[in-house]
Amino acid sequence: MVKPTQVTNAIRRLRFAAGELTQAELAERVGVTRQTLIAIEQGKYSPSLETAFRIARALGTTLEDVFQFPEEQP
Amino acid sequence: MAFQSAPEERSAWIMLALAVVGYPVYLILLFAGADGRPLEAMPFAWPMIWTIVGSIVVSIVLHAVFRVFTDLESNKRDERDRQIGRFADRTGQAFVIIGALSGLALAMLQQPAFWIANAIFLGFFLSAVLGSIAKVIAYRTGFNASW
Repeated sequence: MVKPTQVTNAIRRLRFAAGELTQAELAERVGVTRQTLIAIEQGKYSPSLETAFRIARALGTTLEDVFQFPEEQP
Repeated sequence: MAFQSAPEERSAWIMLALAVVGYPVYLILLFAGADGRPLEAMPFAWPMIWTIVGSIVVSIVLHAVFRVFTDLESNKRDERDRQIGRFADRTGQAFVIIGALSGLALAMLQQPAFWIANAIFLGFFLSAVLGSIAKVIAYRTGFNASW
């Protein structure tokens, strides 16, 4: 029914690198609920591009540092 | 943890519970007033109206109760809630269409009003059940925009 996302992320590691930010604090900065931030972190939800950029900025890094997508096989 | 779930997920559980309880309640009301009449002659309008009005009232009360016992943060909605909501609505809509088409076909075949109304009503019930289940699954197992 719902295809699992192939996008992986480093939010958990980057939260700790950014001064042990809690999920609630990051969610507040990004403007989503804590449940949604948890779902993104666990790879259960692919956020919109805007939210992805907000997460990267809130963590003080770039989009590709936060989110990774596997290379397509030729 | 149930009180910390997303508002749309809570809403889906309430809707699912109401649909699962509501339809049997309708059937009980329907057959209680049957008075030995054949199916087509059973008065269905009031049992149907009572079930619909009752479901709306119970839904409002349950939503209000959950809102009172939930912290403000958990009552917010965001893009994920809206996307899952739209996905569930679209999933459930299939049965509304099937119910409506069945009603239309029965009307064209000049069948009794009882069967036309009940086909449409059953479509609503199945739509609510399927839509709620789709929403709960999307919240529990994950959801991404490329579905």
